[in-house]
Amino acid sequence: MRFLFKTDYDQDIRLAKHGGHVFWYSLLGVALLAAPWLLSEYLLEQLVLVCIYAVAGLGLMLLSGFTGLISLGHAAFLGVGAYTEAVLVGMGWPFPLAMSAAVVLSAATGVVVGLPALRVRGIYLAIATLALGVIVEEVLTRWEDVTGGSAGLMVKSPTLFGAAVPQPVGFYYLCLGILVVATLAVLNLLRSPTGRAFVAVRDSEISSQSMGIHLAKAKTLSFALSAALTGLAGALYAHKLRFLSPEQFTVLQSVELLMMIFIGGLGSVHGVFLGALFLITLPQGIAVAKDWLPPAIGGAAGLQSTVFGLIIVGFVLFEPLGLYGRWVKIRLYLQTFPFYRKGTFRREKTFQKTERQR
Amino acid sequence: MQLLQVLIGGISQGCIYGLIALGFVLIYKATEAVNFAQGELMMLGAFCGLGFSTALGLPYWAVLPCSVLAMGIFGFLTEALVLRPILGQPAFALIMVTIGVGYVARGLITMIPGIGTETHVFEAPFHDEVITLGPLVIGMEQAVIIGASFLLCGGLFALFRYTRVGVAMQAISQNQLAAYYMGIPVKRLNSLVWAISAGMAAVAGVLLAPVTFVHANMGFIGLKAFPAAVIGGFESLPGAIVGGLIIGIVEALAGFYLPEGFKDVAPYVVVLAMLMIRPHGLFGTSMRKRV
Repeated sequence: MRFLFKTDYDQDIRLAKHGGHVFWYSLLGVALLAAPWLLSEYLLEQLVLVCIYAVAGLGLMLLSGFTGLISLGHAAFLGVGAYTEAVLVGMGWPFPLAMSAAVVLSAATGVVVGLPALRVRGIYLAIATLALGVIVEEVLTRWEDVTGGSAGLMVKSPTLFGAAVPQPVGFYYLCLGILVVATLAVLNLLRSPTGRAFVAVRDSEISSQSMGIHLAKAKTLSFALSAALTGLAGALYAHKLRFLSPEQFTVLQSVELLMMIFIGGLGSVHGVFLGALFLITLPQGIAVAKDWLPPAIGGAAGLQSTVFGLIIVGFVLFEPLGLYGRWVKIRLYLQTFPFYRKGTFRREKTFQKTERQR
Repeated sequence: MQLLQVLIGGISQGCIYGLIALGFVLIYKATEAVNFAQGELMMLGAFCGLGFSTALGLPYWAVLPCSVLAMGIFGFLTEALVLRPILGQPAFALIMVTIGVGYVARGLITMIPGIGTETHVFEAPFHDEVITLGPLVIGMEQAVIIGASFLLCGGLFALFRYTRVGVAMQAISQNQLAAYYMGIPVKRLNSLVWAISAGMAAVAGVLLAPVTFVHANMGFIGLKAFPAAVIGGFESLPGAIVGGLIIGIVEALAGFYLPEGFKDVAPYVVVLAMLMIRPHGLFGTSMRKRV
């Protein structure tokens, strides 16, 4: 068991709390840098997808996990980012400039959605974002001059410093770099007053207001930052897919993103990565499992959707803190080894408190 | 005259939205959970109806109560097995779990070999009949939908207002713990609410089936019932029907006057406008917490 002897207030907000963190995260970093030599090309492509989904997940986690605002329309921001990137790169803009434009435009969309969010909460907000998601999807389908409509849109390869980024290794490093920067940005945000304000708003709006937090400002900022990160992911996603069509940015995609951060563990940055890894490996796992199942089940079209649904229900019922929550439990078990008590994390018996009166 | 005809089409479509929205509202009113699987429950109801009429050969009028009963049992079990353990958890968990149930329902139906991936025709016996009111022509199917949704809405309103069970449900929605202390069987009533709601979804499914077709993705119509419920105010039963009618009429008019594409977006534009102007809907009540 590790005991931290605190001699300085800065120790509380340090990113790496102790030597163990430094060691393990360095090891992870080295492994990720060496991935192109360690993994086959196919696995590397999947790892790129994990990176992209993790960036999007960071955005959604900031909004849902840390500010407590549910969004059922995040695919819209992903779509705005992806299409902006595709159109601008198509017009010959350099990659960094196009990406910045995608981020800014997504953030602007986020602010627009944030406006109704100031007046509504909970389920109403979920429906407002759902409405936005549907509207954006329809705009992408109908604005054929720019987006190519249902016929789709080809995306050029990204160019950096005048040269095309080599696929897949160069693109992998690009995504990895952006992911690391985004993660550090989110971690930094969360230990700043703004991030603390977000968490306070999540835990209780009334008490955060009475502590002097400007509710409207915090919520709008959260929406803007979240949309910006998701737009960034969208820009990368466009280059990854190389072909965009509006069907990639439907409500189902939004639900998938929400599922990702929920399975990973709401309210933890680790959860984003675990969730992204899970979301990308699950379809592969199902594809492998299909060979072992009897053909009547394995060959059926609805298998994936059934498994997804069962997993969500299972996590809500048995592991509400997600994969990260599971890891926290295992870690505590190891740390306190023979003295782990089974009831440590048992859920309290609760009754429903009405949320209408707030 | 053409406009009136369009309006009638919108009204009957709106009643379908209203019927599904009634299911949301019922569950929200009593247990404060939002059932994102309501559309899927409707789809299951339609498949139930299809099963009863093709496999067992029941007539249309017998199919309706049978599927309502079957879906009622399904709803009861869903609540008891999946929702009861997470009673009192944050809204996020409830939303995720109902989305999960919807996924499973859609996936399982698709997995039924030979049935799930097909689109089925499910004809009502009155399917060619029309009512002519002067120059207006109303399809019998649409008339039945309109009639049924108003009947159901009235029935449920009366149930909530005048019966012991309904008053108990209102008590649960206001303060669950206090209701429990007053001897109201909270768990059983919550299950009952889900059973009623699933039964209503079955009605909507069986009535909608002759108009559209029966297929695994017909539950996505539930996404349009959300705007209906919000416009009516999420906790008002008549509001659900009114909201459904507004959505249906707006959609029909947008399809008639505006270029292609606006029809699908119109309900969501209306709901966004509604949320900005009057977040609690037409019939909702706004309550403030005292600190």
